[in-house]
Amino acid sequence: MMRRDECLKVLARHHCGEIVVPAYQAAFEWMAIRPHPLTYLGTGAMGQASSHALGLALGRPDQRVIVLDGDGSLLMNLGSLVTIGAAAPRNLLHFVCENGTYEANGGHPIPGAGRVSFAGLARAAGYRSVHEFADLEDFGARIAAVLKEDGPVFVTLKVVAGDAYPQDFPALHDAEQRRRFRAALAAA
Amino acid sequence: MPADAGRATGGAAVRGSDIIAAVKRCGIGTVVALPDIVTSDGLLWPIARDPALRLVRVCKEDEGVSICAGLSFTGTRSLLLMQHTGLLDSINAIRAVAVEYALPVCMIVGLQGMEPDREPPQSQKYGVRIVEPLLDVMGIDHARLGVRGDEARIAPAFDRAWEVSRPFVFLATRAPE
Repeated sequence: MMRRDECLKVLARHHCGEIVVPAYQAAFEWMAIRPHPLTYLGTGAMGQASSHALGLALGRPDQRVIVLDGDGSLLMNLGSLVTIGAAAPRNLLHFVCENGTYEANGGHPIPGAGRVSFAGLARAAGYRSVHEFADLEDFGARIAAVLKEDGPVFVTLKVVAGDAYPQDFPALHDAEQRRRFRAALAAA
Repeated sequence: MPADAGRATGGAAVRGSDIIAAVKRCGIGTVVALPDIVTSDGLLWPIARDPALRLVRVCKEDEGVSICAGLSFTGTRSLLLMQHTGLLDSINAIRAVAVEYALPVCMIVGLQGMEPDREPPQSQKYGVRIVEPLLDVMGIDHARLGVRGDEARIAPAFDRAWEVSRPFVFLATRAPE
């Protein structure tokens, strides 16, 4: 099992200006680990990150889009796997940080924790390539190649929470942040 | 209360081809949709066959809200087409993404089960009756799309939605021909 923040630090070392759409806990950590104007924080309602990312990917096929989803979040929008599989954007990479809990809502277990295979669901939904990582060294060794694959790519990261990061909820919904993202994307 | 409250519901039904032409006129090239029985034959099937429109079929309507939101950040105008049951199911996404984030999510929503001789707030069907009041409470601008000529309101309404960055809902009160 890997620490989520350690995974995100590895990902940050390979980040080359892709749009990143992080959800909740991953958002708090990504903001601290890799502050970047092309971070899209305003996903609004839980579970919607992958759908926002699909819109971004379809609207800007010249830009790579990385979603940092949670397992509880993805369960709230499981159909998005099928929608993304069907739309098949080559520029979309969908990461899921699987810790088996609703971490932002009291740490309760998700339904099917430890039994459901998100990678299996993504594969069945038609993602072009699917990966699963539970070892940080393995993740670090293969992430560069994964990031170059044609999408839609799905990556499960088996994680536990790492260091505590500030839960800056106002930042997720900040209008100024959305304005900065829009401007950065227009310039990209 | 919509601007067209009290407006007669009689006359020929709006043509689907006119709706599509109006949608294209305001620069919409992507339609995100879940099938709706009111607009299926007259609108969604023709859209599906139209090579000038990109159709993204979704599994659930709140996905569509977020896809349209993401598209809006890229400057891509889109339309979300769904049934009123889907709108009701998507209230939280519409609340958060379209209203609170003030994004131009443009929607055409079929009022499934709408009686032809009534106005929506007078419908015998609870699910239909609450739609306009609900949109009013949420502060979402809306209008009806039912009779021929209503299509002329589409481009100004959607252009305005983009200009002020707010959602807009057309309620299809009749099946387009």
